[in-house]
Amino acid sequence: MAETVVFVIFAVVAIAGGGFMVTARNPVYSAMGLLTAMFSIAVLYVVLDAHFIAAVQIIIYAGAVMTLFLFVIMLIGVDRVEDRTEEIPLQRPLTAIVSIGLLAAILLAGRQAWITGTRILGDADLSGTIENVADELFGTWTLAFLATIFLLTIAALGTVALAQFGPAGLRSVASSAEDEPEEPA
Amino acid sequence: MIDYVALVIALPLLGALVLLLFGKRISEPGSGWLASILVIGAFGFAVVLAWPFFTGTQEPETIYLFEWIPILGIDAALLWDPLAALMTLIVTGVGAVIHVYAIGYMHGDERFGRFFAYMNLFIASMLTLVLASNFGVMFIGWELVGLSSYLLISFWFVRPSAAAAGKKAFIVNRIGDWGFLVALMLIFAAFGTLDFGIVFTEADVVLSTAMATAITLLLFVGAVGKSAQIPLHVWLPDAMEGPTPVSALIHAATMVTAGVFMIARTATLFELAPTSAAVVATVGAITALWAATIAIGQRDIKRVLAYSTISQLGYMVMAMGIAAYTAGLFHLMTHAFFKGLLFLGAGSVIHAMAGQQDMWKMGGLRKLLPITFGTMVVGWLAISGLFPLSGFWSKDEILGAAWARGGWYYGLWAIGALTALLTAFYMTRLMWLTFAGEGRWDEGVKPHESPPIMTGALIALAIPSLLAGLLNTPVRLGLEHFLEPSFEGVEQTHPVGGASLWLLALVSVALVLVGLFYAIRRYGRTPLPDEAGGYWRAAENGYYVDDLYGRVFVLPGKAVAGWLASVFDNKVIDGLVDGSARLVRGTGEALRPLQSGWVRSYALGIGAGTLGLVLWILIRGVSL
Amino acid sequence: MTVTVGWYMALAAVLFSIGGVGVLLRRNALVMFMSIELMLNSVNLTFVAASKALGLIEGQVAVLFVIVVAAAEVTVGLAIIVAVFRRRATANVDDLSSLRG
Repeated sequence: MAETVVFVIFAVVAIAGGGFMVTARNPVYSAMGLLTAMFSIAVLYVVLDAHFIAAVQIIIYAGAVMTLFLFVIMLIGVDRVEDRTEEIPLQRPLTAIVSIGLLAAILLAGRQAWITGTRILGDADLSGTIENVADELFGTWTLAFLATIFLLTIAALGTVALAQFGPAGLRSVASSAEDEPEEPA
Repeated sequence: MIDYVALVIALPLLGALVLLLFGKRISEPGSGWLASILVIGAFGFAVVLAWPFFTGTQEPETIYLFEWIPILGIDAALLWDPLAALMTLIVTGVGAVIHVYAIGYMHGDERFGRFFAYMNLFIASMLTLVLASNFGVMFIGWELVGLSSYLLISFWFVRPSAAAAGKKAFIVNRIGDWGFLVALMLIFAAFGTLDFGIVFTEADVVLSTAMATAITLLLFVGAVGKSAQIPLHVWLPDAMEGPTPVSALIHAATMVTAGVFMIARTATLFELAPTSAAVVATVGAITALWAATIAIGQRDIKRVLAYSTISQLGYMVMAMGIAAYTAGLFHLMTHAFFKGLLFLGAGSVIHAMAGQQDMWKMGGLRKLLPITFGTMVVGWLAISGLFPLSGFWSKDEILGAAWARGGWYYGLWAIGALTALLTAFYMTRLMWLTFAGEGRWDEGVKPHESPPIMTGALIALAIPSLLAGLLNTPVRLGLEHFLEPSFEGVEQTHPVGGASLWLLALVSVALVLVGLFYAIRRYGRTPLPDEAGGYWRAAENGYYVDDLYGRVFVLPGKAVAGWLASVFDNKVIDGLVDGSARLVRGTGEALRPLQSGWVRSYALGIGAGTLGLVLWILIRGVSL
Repeated sequence: MTVTVGWYMALAAVLFSIGGVGVLLRRNALVMFMSIELMLNSVNLTFVAASKALGLIEGQVAVLFVIVVAAAEVTVGLAIIVAVFRRRATANVDDLSSLRG
């Protein structure tokens, strides 16, 4: 019972957030909408017994990724309003067709079976505690985990490279080095 | 020894190869002598190989070189029998004389070496044709002589008329070759092989009369093309564009006789098809008369001889048609001698007159060109068929055989006799216009006798023209006995015997003398008769047969070719090629808007694709 | 009525579509990026719901990986947008159409 109520409320909130994000004119408002949706999804994770993942969602997604988004929005200065005219012909009707069609197709497919496959079902009482996740992650999926380490490292390096060696990179570093007064000891 | 008969072909073939590759480097008389010596060598070798046939101690033999196309029954194999030996001796003998003559005649020509290369190639090809032991090898020789003829007719190809004449010869020959080839296909269909041995021994068993008639008629089409019978005779007068030695060798003595030889070779088949034989005889007779009437009106000395050749070939073909094979081959031999002689003599005259060939511009040359005149007299009397020169014996044997057949063959005899009269007439006309009377040549022409190398050749041919008749007199049928092994099983027609023979001979000689004296009277008086009127002009133009062919075949052919070139090639072929290019470009242009540069339309594409995929899975079901 | 796994899946589908619409219709590069993030989140929801339904923990491990990769992607992607903005002073993706054919 409680589950149903929670689900309905936060499902609505998530959809509202998503819809707000897509329709808001100000990009900052869009960021807010997305943040709302992420929080709601985190709640739903908790309902689904995935506590650890819920925490990760809040910390990383809502905490780091969205913050980064907001930084960049402010940095670039596109917090102004964008105009609404659509230039590409037929984009709106075709978008409607594709998205509604896709949704309808997925829902139709789901009426037969949401989950298929012949894997042996596991323990239904399994809860998403950090121990369980860690067991699986560091046990069976070690290689993949290590690969993600590489991924993150390379991403960081790539970002630094883009910033430093891009068209305005070296110049702004060099000029800022010139302008810097002597550092106080 | 017989195993090396292929040497006879190999020697001139080697000469052709050497001269083709190195002709320019070998200086002028050298290449000519090289070619001549090779042909003389071939002749000598042929004499040695043929000797046993003379003594009657040799049977026909097939010499097997190597297997070639087993599926068609064609091996590289040669048949050495008296018929082949006779032809080989004629080809190499007369060929050798003409080669030597040509060394003098072609003096100063810048493609001297090339000329002799082609001449040797021709000898080799002709020998391949006569020595073949199956239809395949014979066909190869057949085609090669056609090629050599084309090369030699258009030897002075810078002259447009020469190039055109070469083309005409080749194309008209091709029509004949078509007939020959279809005949070969029928033979293969009936016998499963093209080997002479098998075909001739099994012919009476395998072939129905209808099939035999079809095959022989088609073979005869080939002969009509090659031997310039009506209606495919039109190439021979134009072939006179070639140098005179070429006219002598190819278009008098040898190549044109290939058709006659072929009919003799396939006598067994013609025996099974009396209808074909009748057709052959009739065509031959009509050709003989037709060409003789045209020869009367010719102004060019070589064209008189060309039409004369067509006429004499008509005699030979007629002989083949009435199964008088020995008679026909006898005439082939004597004709090679005296026609070769006449052509070489004409060449000598043309050489003396610095290229002038119109007889109305000659006259009175007998004192200035004594040797030429003397030898041409021999040729003239021989071809007219005056006793006791060679032409008399051979021509009368043919006429006698026609008489012997009886029935409607009397008509053929009459045509032959009339043609003999006309032959005497136009040949006398030729002699008188050229050698008798007063000179009518242009200013600056200084007629002189030809160098010894040419006059020597003339004498060399005059002797057999005089004496060769003795080879097959009714008293001692030397040639017939010689050829017996080749015509085993074939029933030959013999001339009537006894009193009838001498009576017929008397009649023909009388006709010859009538023609002769009438011509002397007509052309001996001054001023010369005016020959510009209706009949003379028609005869000079060959009764406009060429014009007819031109209008019926050539013009439509050119129109079709023109249409194909301008319309079909431009619109359809180019249209296809350009059209495919246009199609590709059009497709590219049509697809261009897809690359709009807008990321969002690409995203739309991805979305649409995904939707499609999901729908596909939904509808079809995918087992994962 | 009880909330079955289907409800979560349906919700995820809806969020996915909304994200898709956002990608296709918004021209601001950052908003497009955020829509993509929404789509990724909906997929995560699917994974977790399936994990709960099947009783397997791999679903949540997958979600972890998705989050990690998404984070890395956001990092690089925003760096690119910043670099482009420095060059062209625009965050409107329609202006970046010089690769047209």
